[in-house]
Amino acid sequence: MSELTRLSAADLSAELSAGNVSAVEAAQAHLDRIAAVDGAVHAFLHVNPEVTLAQAAEVDRKRAAGEQLGALAGVPIAVKDVLVTKDMPATSGSKILEGYVSPFDATPVALAKAAGLVPLGKTNMDEFAMGSSTEHSAYGPTHNPWDLDRIPGGSGGGSAAAVAAYEAPLAFGSDTGGSIRQPAHVTGTVGVKPTYGAVSRYGSIALASSLDQVGPVSRTVLDAALLQDVIAGHDPNDSTSLNESWPSMAEAVRGADLTGLKIGVIRELDGDGFQAGVRQRYREALDLLASNGAEIVEVSAPNFQYSIAAYYLIMPAEASSNLAKFDSVRFGLRQAPAGGGTVEQVMAATREAGFGPEVKRRVILGTYALSAGYYDAYYGSAQKVRTLVQQDFANAFEQVDVLVSPTAPTTAFKLGEKLDDPMAMYLNDIATIPANLAGVPGMSLPIGLAPEDGLPVGIQFLAPARQDARLYNVGGALESLLVDRWGGPLLAQAPELAVSTQEGTR
Amino acid sequence: MSEISAEQVAHLANLARIALTEDEIQHLTAELGQIMQAVEQVSQVATADVVPTSHPIPLTNVFREDVVGETLTQQQALANAPESDGSRFIVSAILGEEQ
Repeated sequence: MSELTRLSAADLSAELSAGNVSAVEAAQAHLDRIAAVDGAVHAFLHVNPEVTLAQAAEVDRKRAAGEQLGALAGVPIAVKDVLVTKDMPATSGSKILEGYVSPFDATPVALAKAAGLVPLGKTNMDEFAMGSSTEHSAYGPTHNPWDLDRIPGGSGGGSAAAVAAYEAPLAFGSDTGGSIRQPAHVTGTVGVKPTYGAVSRYGSIALASSLDQVGPVSRTVLDAALLQDVIAGHDPNDSTSLNESWPSMAEAVRGADLTGLKIGVIRELDGDGFQAGVRQRYREALDLLASNGAEIVEVSAPNFQYSIAAYYLIMPAEASSNLAKFDSVRFGLRQAPAGGGTVEQVMAATREAGFGPEVKRRVILGTYALSAGYYDAYYGSAQKVRTLVQQDFANAFEQVDVLVSPTAPTTAFKLGEKLDDPMAMYLNDIATIPANLAGVPGMSLPIGLAPEDGLPVGIQFLAPARQDARLYNVGGALESLLVDRWGGPLLAQAPELAVSTQEGTR
Repeated sequence: MSEISAEQVAHLANLARIALTEDEIQHLTAELGQIMQAVEQVSQVATADVVPTSHPIPLTNVFREDVVGETLTQQQALANAPESDGSRFIVSAILGEEQ
């Protein structure tokens, strides 16, 4: 494997600006790595080396001309297929959008390109981001680089696996109920869901508009911070975008300091439902934080137990409405019933053919939750729970600076294990959903391997809305303590992937 | 409240414009029953005194200047259409024969 693909985005960026490596060389090294391992991992749905190399060459040209370049100029990035792109397809993992190419770039993609980042391709995901394993992708699942028989998490399993398999140093994710953080947990990588509204949702194919947030996926906390610094900011094209200036997240990592930091352990997210090895690594991480200057206290969030129930009413309700746009008229698939039909019959036949089983399940569920006679009992009640969860956060943050929990109850499970049991699949998000309901930022970073199965475990930090820098402070500090203890990054312990000399099936 | 019948699922599928097969309706009827049973617990704490939240971070009056911005060209807007005549989207009949 090329050493270039082993570098963090920060280190690669230093090599690029020192002139030791060109952006074209960096892009080519990652394209070679994708060609070598992605047949087995299947993190990517689309790669176009010609476009990637042309964009890299443009960065090299600007650098040679002495133009002022961003901190990550020339660093490759993988883009979750939920983000629309004008030079690559965007399918959101669905057959109904097969081959769709947008007339514009999603704002985070446009910002990344403007900063000189070089898109490598589009990553696999559960269809319309509905799932926790990428098994609901219409294009086949992604495999966890730690064990190819296991799930890479979801919905952003493609982005997490790409980063874990050294196919990209950075990736974009989107997080509606944990789709950035849970994949980070099961692949030994870092994922951050920023404060709701910190990053524009313009051009992010919507799942649930009041919950969705785009964010960084990486191998180190500093790399996530560098990317968040590029993509955070106000966008007039997104009416929910926060109009404020953000402090540098990278500075928060570089100046990380645990002294006097009050960390609240969420009592409700540390029980029998959590795997023994997950709890063990979690306890060790808390001890490490405590012995390095942080104060650990226990806090209670009694309404978190209702989060999943509220989420599985609000999210499908918003999704059923958002997905109404796939009507076979303006874009996407059109499938006429045998013998033709009215526009309504064509719509129904198209949506039957173009949507997978999980999408149909959630659209029907959402339609039910919003239907006359049930609206107050279901959707209305769920919105009240949302208030209660926000109050739990507000009460907790009166006592502590950040909150902490394991990111997910178990390590990566086997592909197929929960596919036929929707409720079991939904429980994966028990620790991540509260942040989306309240709009607060969350981060997952690796804290070790569960002794019983040797698979990665993540820890989740949560901060008050707009206080994303606190996550980068505590995350950066813990990561540095752990890397010292391990003698290197956790991913160095991952098994080497077999390298294929020919392109795998796509 | 969580009793869901196959007829209800068929009705919802019609509202959502998805031509589900008979098999899918049977499957979904069982699954939705289970899921609704699990999510119904929201009613335990959603008492009358709790104000509902529709949005995590409330913003009010998000306006922009009323000026023409960048828009898609007709060609761009039609580029992904399943069928068009070059200036308009083409769809099949809106009304059925009996209407």
